[in-house]
Amino acid sequence: MSDGSVLYLDGVTVSFDGFKALNELSLVLEPGEMRAVIGPNGAGKTTMMDVITGKTRPDAGRVIFGDDIDLTRLDEPAIARLGIGRKFQRPTVFEPLSVRDNLLLSLTGDRSPRFALWARETAEERRRLDGLLATIRLSAERDQRAADLSHGQKQWLEIGMLLAQEPRLLLVDEPVAGMTDAETAETVELLREINRTRSVVVVEHDMAFVRALGVKVTVLHEGSVLAEGSIDAIQDNPRVVEVYLGR
Amino acid sequence: MPIERTTIVTLGCVLGGAVLLAGLNLFAPAASPLHVPDFAISLVGKYLCYAILALSVDLVWGYVGILTLGHAAFFALGGYAMGMYLMREIGARGVYANPTLPDFMIFIGWNKLPWYWYGSEHFWLALLMVVLVPGVLAGVFGWFAFRSRVSGVYLSIITQALTYALMLAFFRNDMGFGGNNGMTDFKDILGVPLNRESTSVGLMLITAGVLSAAFLLARAMTRSRFGKVLVAVRDAESRTRFLGYRPESYKLVVWVVSAVIAGIGGALYVPQVGIINPSEFAPANSIEAVIWVAVGGRGTLSGAILGAVLVNLGKTWLTSALPEVWLFAMGGLFIFVTLFLPRGIIGLFVGRRSAVGPARESAAEEAAAREAAE
Repeated sequence: MSDGSVLYLDGVTVSFDGFKALNELSLVLEPGEMRAVIGPNGAGKTTMMDVITGKTRPDAGRVIFGDDIDLTRLDEPAIARLGIGRKFQRPTVFEPLSVRDNLLLSLTGDRSPRFALWARETAEERRRLDGLLATIRLSAERDQRAADLSHGQKQWLEIGMLLAQEPRLLLVDEPVAGMTDAETAETVELLREINRTRSVVVVEHDMAFVRALGVKVTVLHEGSVLAEGSIDAIQDNPRVVEVYLGR
Repeated sequence: MPIERTTIVTLGCVLGGAVLLAGLNLFAPAASPLHVPDFAISLVGKYLCYAILALSVDLVWGYVGILTLGHAAFFALGGYAMGMYLMREIGARGVYANPTLPDFMIFIGWNKLPWYWYGSEHFWLALLMVVLVPGVLAGVFGWFAFRSRVSGVYLSIITQALTYALMLAFFRNDMGFGGNNGMTDFKDILGVPLNRESTSVGLMLITAGVLSAAFLLARAMTRSRFGKVLVAVRDAESRTRFLGYRPESYKLVVWVVSAVIAGIGGALYVPQVGIINPSEFAPANSIEAVIWVAVGGRGTLSGAILGAVLVNLGKTWLTSALPEVWLFAMGGLFIFVTLFLPRGIIGLFVGRRSAVGPARESAAEEAAAREAAE
């Protein structure tokens, strides 16, 4: 069933004290696909991200990454090492460290304490860091503390950290919350660029942003998929209208 | 770079200061105003041991955010390991003149050395135990605590409970470590009499050397990529997990190294003060060590050393001049430093950018709030 898909959620159920945050949620993401996930508050969007990244263990169901890796058996670091990156809503960077060190710690490579104790920066790492700094337009700020960056620059830095991980799948939580229209447009471009080489799941409230992305949309409601399709089909769907307006 | 300067100044003060004081003690005539009296030498030796403890606290509190309130336990365990050897060195010179059994064992009616005292007459084994006992205890404790993701104030409380439990255990006579009297009346170390003045000078110089080595080790660790991961874990632990790091293994490594450093500090402390008893495990001792670090400057290593020496100088002076005021003074000092000198005394001298000090309070609180919300 998961043949060829990059991510396959199969009947995933998560309950907190009897409340079902996810209720037999199923979802298939094709390789190279970008998917937008929308839904009212409490629909289970963040819980879904938590399950995929290993933060929350589901009560039932499977989460298959690639051909046959069941993510529900793994913890966060193991899943991250498989190539699943996660961007939080608020930018989370390592404030006291320099921009460059933030990226250095994010580069793919050995994550063990033993390696880190003896690690010397290699020419290859330097090359990759220079490339990343250019991509996120922070070459001039490379030696600044991340704490001293502006809000927007921190967002870029975090995206750079995710790119440094070279993930196969990127999960992005409300990337344009609190952004101006210009920044939102720029973020759409950036996500499209990232999507050229990786699969992306974007969770978002902002309908204009989702429309601008122009990708397949999944609507969650009470922990299950309510509807799936193009943004136009979704907005005409009477059940979706009822859920959003009935609130 | 300022941090390089701090390193040189720190090493210079510790080693240069120790050698200078030793020289003035041994070679300046007793009548000269430059002469350093013997009691001052043993005081300095004691301060340097405390500085080693402070350094170990800063390594875990300053760099990976583990507010340990039980580090004196590792210090005391190292001290007990050394104390056992010193007890056996007394030999037949004890009150009961028993060549094997320490006095306190005869006093409670034991006639045979318990198994865990076997081999304690060997100095090399004592050194091994100084490292192993705190290291293994920290390893087991940390493995359970960090794997179950106990952190913040809960972890602090458990460390406090650890040292308190050890204190109660060591108070018991049948633990075989001298009960509430502990171990004392040491005669010599490696055949060298402890009451000779050159011995205290030698011990003080060795302590200064060990402190410098521990400082350089801690500095190398914190400036490596490992140290950068520590800081990342301290300020945004869940982020490091999503980058593929296992924060628990990083914490465990630095926690064990820190415990071993504390244990070595304790082992140097005991021959210089001539006694080890369960009060060394008292929770207040561990809290004092945290205050030294806060006063000197958390997350700077040099600050820990400075804080330990300065606060203890103040304590020595105040507890003899105005003994009833000391606890209030220390409490007040802690509040003052927290409110007005969040980066400690060293923060006054070293530029803000050079140190990988803790993030601004607001950022740290934000991160905590975010983690709680997630």
